[in-house]
Amino acid sequence: MNAMKAAAVSAVAIAIALTVSLSGQGKKTYSAPKTPWGDPDLQGVWNDATSTPLQRPNGTKDVLSDEEAADFQAALANELTRDRRDGGNAVDVNRAYNDHWMDSRRLKITADHRTSLIVEPRDGRIPPLVPLSPERQAARAARAGANARFNDGLPDEHLDMSLPVRCIIRTDSPPYLPTIYNNNFQIFQSPGVVAIGPEMIHSARMIYVDGRPHLNRGLKQWLGDSRGRWDGATLVVETTNFRPDEGVVFQGADPATFKITERFTRVDPTSMNYEFTVEDPRTWTKPWTAIVPWNKVDPGEQMFEYGCHEDNFDIVHFLVGARNRQKNAR
Amino acid sequence: MKLLVAALGVLFAVAQTPTYRAPHRADGHPDVSGIWQAFVTANWDLQDHEAQPGLHPELDGAYSAGPGGQSIVEGGDIPYQPWALAKKKENFAKRGQVDVSDDKKWHALGDPELKCYMPGVPRATYMPHPFQIVQGSNNTILMAYEFTSATRIIRMNWTQEAPTDAWMGWNRGRWDGDTLVVDVTGQREETWLDRAGDFHSDKFHVVERYTPTSPYHMQYEATLEDPKVYTRPWKISFPLYRRMEKNLQLLEFKCVPFTEELLYGKFRKPGVAR
Repeated sequence: MNAMKAAAVSAVAIAIALTVSLSGQGKKTYSAPKTPWGDPDLQGVWNDATSTPLQRPNGTKDVLSDEEAADFQAALANELTRDRRDGGNAVDVNRAYNDHWMDSRRLKITADHRTSLIVEPRDGRIPPLVPLSPERQAARAARAGANARFNDGLPDEHLDMSLPVRCIIRTDSPPYLPTIYNNNFQIFQSPGVVAIGPEMIHSARMIYVDGRPHLNRGLKQWLGDSRGRWDGATLVVETTNFRPDEGVVFQGADPATFKITERFTRVDPTSMNYEFTVEDPRTWTKPWTAIVPWNKVDPGEQMFEYGCHEDNFDIVHFLVGARNRQKNAR
Repeated sequence: MKLLVAALGVLFAVAQTPTYRAPHRADGHPDVSGIWQAFVTANWDLQDHEAQPGLHPELDGAYSAGPGGQSIVEGGDIPYQPWALAKKKENFAKRGQVDVSDDKKWHALGDPELKCYMPGVPRATYMPHPFQIVQGSNNTILMAYEFTSATRIIRMNWTQEAPTDAWMGWNRGRWDGDTLVVDVTGQREETWLDRAGDFHSDKFHVVERYTPTSPYHMQYEATLEDPKVYTRPWKISFPLYRRMEKNLQLLEFKCVPFTEELLYGKFRKPGVAR
């Protein structure tokens, strides 16, 4: 109850800040702290969990009232709580098991009560897709076939599994979107560089802010190549040079033409707006933009190493299970 | 008089130690930010070693062969307990073997580097890849390694003990004059120290010292202690070099795709082409 009240109070503050920054005018009431060398100071551990979906559910209004938001959060909390005993043993146990792993911060709708993280287009929906080229259709179909084998418990080989299952990239690839767990990011800064350490997986994304050019176009990386600049109190990051593998960039966009611009702006002492715009003329009919609130994590809480590949027992279990199923089916 | 004594003291200190004094930041400490790399061959063997062929010279020819090098261990040899020396030799003999078919023996065989596992400390420092230090203005310092994108968060003046084991350990830092000292506990026992099979247990304790010796160099020293494996604490040391290339950046060495076939290829459905 107290937590709810606190959330409501900070909601007002953030809603005001958001209105100001979204309208792009008006006086800024908050001025972000600076590092000793004069850059806006983004250092610390941040958490981007929220229950506000990326896209606005059809038929929903764009912003909820305080009462509607409270109802929504209460219903979601009830939906997911480990304490429910009304679904039968299997359902109750599964729900309790899942709840154990989940980030409890995910239950909160954005402080400004938006019903979608997408703010542009104004309908809160990903713009219509453009038709795929035959080559991309083929790549997409191959991937879909692999996913289907995996979902049927019959992967042919490790390459049938997704990049997250293979522990190559997880939520460390931009754009950063909340998931059910491990929604933490630690930001480090020194003159000329901002490093973002996502909890999952343990990589550090080096964003050089010293004016250097991008890598040559032919040098590709799983997480792309990031360059930043300061626009007032905002860190603006452009990332290119993604590897061509299917699934490397968001929502199956084409890595060759995918472009992402991210903006990090502190809006009050404990929150930051993470705004990203993605564009890809081979995927979407127009660019689109989302804003995800990042909340500062109490310094007493810490981020721990997220190992993945080192103990990836699952990948072997999936494969051994598949071979046994095929043997038994004969 | 006091002044004179102090002045003499400074002169004496200068005469006794390298003359370099690192510039200090506003917080009174040297700035160790930047991209660094060791140029020793200790990743093949901490101790004296001759140039050596790779695991499969019949396939790789001279490609995977390793360079020779002199020991970076103070006194030359690692002070193993007798059982541990035997274990190190066994590790070396089986360094290229892999078997992940049984969870309980998942880590029993093979050099973790071969399997692209996070290398632990101090090995991460002398792998043949650069690493970047991001020293900010709060109580953490980031060390990011190119090899498998491993990272460590150095928590400055932190008292809490390791809450759980981690591949890159629990890293607590402090300044000792111009030297950054990092105390590393809570490392996963499965990491190795090199390709020669050198190893440690879950009682491993490492204390690292990073001392700037010029704008472009730091002297690195680590004391390694493990009462289960060694007869006494021992030291390694070597210089770290600042990478000077214009616009050099830390690239990815995401080696999971390089090792998947070795780890998981034998579980492929019969008849499916590689």
